[in-house]
Amino acid sequence: MRTKMSPLSKLYVAFIMLLLYAPIVVMIFFSFNDSASTSVITGFSLRWYKSLLYDQATITALRNTLVLAVSSSLIATVMGTAAAVGIDAFRNKHIKKVTMGVTNIPMMNPEIVTGISMMLLFIICANMIGVTDALGFGTMLIAHVTFNLPYVILSVLPKLRQLDRFLPEAAMDLGCTPLQAFFKVILPSISTGIFSGLMMSFTLSLDDFVISYFTQGPSFETLPIRIFSMTKKRVTPDMYALSTLIFVAILFLLIMLNVSQVRGEKKMRNKLDKGVKR
Amino acid sequence: MAKKSLSKKLIASPYLVWAGIFIIVPLVIVVYYSFFDANGNFTLEYVSEMGKYKDVMLNSIWLGFIATVISLVLAYPLAYIMARSTANVQRTMMMLVMLPMWMNLLIRTYSMMILMQDTGIINSFLERIGLDSVHMINTQGAVVLGMVYNYIPYMILPLYSIMAKMDHNLIEAAEDLGANKVTVFKNIILPLSLPGIASGFTMVFVPSVSTFYISKKLGGNTFSLIGDVIEMQFKSANNYNLGASLSLVLMVLIIICMMVMNRFTGEDDDGGVLI
Repeated sequence: MRTKMSPLSKLYVAFIMLLLYAPIVVMIFFSFNDSASTSVITGFSLRWYKSLLYDQATITALRNTLVLAVSSSLIATVMGTAAAVGIDAFRNKHIKKVTMGVTNIPMMNPEIVTGISMMLLFIICANMIGVTDALGFGTMLIAHVTFNLPYVILSVLPKLRQLDRFLPEAAMDLGCTPLQAFFKVILPSISTGIFSGLMMSFTLSLDDFVISYFTQGPSFETLPIRIFSMTKKRVTPDMYALSTLIFVAILFLLIMLNVSQVRGEKKMRNKLDKGVKR
Repeated sequence: MAKKSLSKKLIASPYLVWAGIFIIVPLVIVVYYSFFDANGNFTLEYVSEMGKYKDVMLNSIWLGFIATVISLVLAYPLAYIMARSTANVQRTMMMLVMLPMWMNLLIRTYSMMILMQDTGIINSFLERIGLDSVHMINTQGAVVLGMVYNYIPYMILPLYSIMAKMDHNLIEAAEDLGANKVTVFKNIILPLSLPGIASGFTMVFVPSVSTFYISKKLGGNTFSLIGDVIEMQFKSANNYNLGASLSLVLMVLIIICMMVMNRFTGEDDDGGVLI
């Protein structure tokens, strides 16, 4: 059933991978090119990596991006997990449906619409209280939390649905307070959902350009925004160097995740085998 | 018991308040800006002004549609191959498909620009092997290629996940009963993969139609898409009303598209997370 690939299939996979990776390979290649041009190749050099180290604005943007991603994903995870637990307890079908419908909006709406609608809200609010430069870290944080929330809720809800309804009750019968039951029974069994929601929010926030672009102010520049303003003019290869570094970091992270997953599965299988033997 | 579930429900309230203020209210504001001028008078001025952008709108839908269809045609065989390979290969290919998605869209698009320039890598390669160079950059074709390249993972992943779940015994049974490959595809594989096609279709179509960066970089300033026009109203022209009414149209368009697609996916689940 699961078969080795035929040569034709291999060729096809190679073709798609070429399509997916050609631009990335080009970028990595030119990050090591001595010349600033993207058509002349003059030799191997690490000068763009070096110049990156001294580029204060880019370093600040990188730091801002991380601050925003960490804070927005944490807030979204806490609020979203609480929301999922609450929504799961809703008994009224209509209320549940409406809530889920609203939750889906930021995922389904084009990013540009989410971006401009929030921009309008912030500008109106700023006008009402008479602030002139309201757009900045605060507004971006609100926007990021908002588009992260649905991903957290939708990865926690299925775990709650799988949870045995009687487990928390059993815990409470055995003397747990409701709060203890939540932290000792419910939370551990939905933790994988919470974690994947957190990871997803973090990466989404790290990478977001469109929504940030409309809710951002000059006081707080993130990396995608900085890349955008740089690509308006000619991009110097230090941007490629930066992207190459990000690429390598992500590759490393994904491989680690995969390895730990494989290990986890093996452990599970070993346990099961032992169980059978016993 | 009743008290307990009430307190459980209550912990959703911060989110409900948040969603009300930051999801619902902004959309109401967009609708308000589309129909009311600065003095708060009802007007259809902005809606009628949109007529000027009819061609831009149709062109965006058309290019987005072509990009989505190309993505589907390219992604379908790949998803099928992935779903039928061994677990390790599946895992690796899954990673390879997702990896470019974590790269910043702006950087990826910019690299594409380098590839497709008149003096770019593809053209120097063509010249070296003795072919004529092709003018690619600043054409609609380049923009479509950019959309396909950037969004094809969103087509591959839902297709793959539905095909991996497909019961292979059905295909074997059909073959045993004498169906040829075409019949098997038409009567079994295709109908079973329809939900994947539908969700992949929306996931590629929505960002393609509303993009503004890809068209700016790969299309030059030769033509604009609806996303470009909206972006301009908010970032340089400061015509928020027109921008809002164009966004409203975009939103309605996508809601219609999604309602059509939902007919294929069935209405069993209240949304799933993909990645």
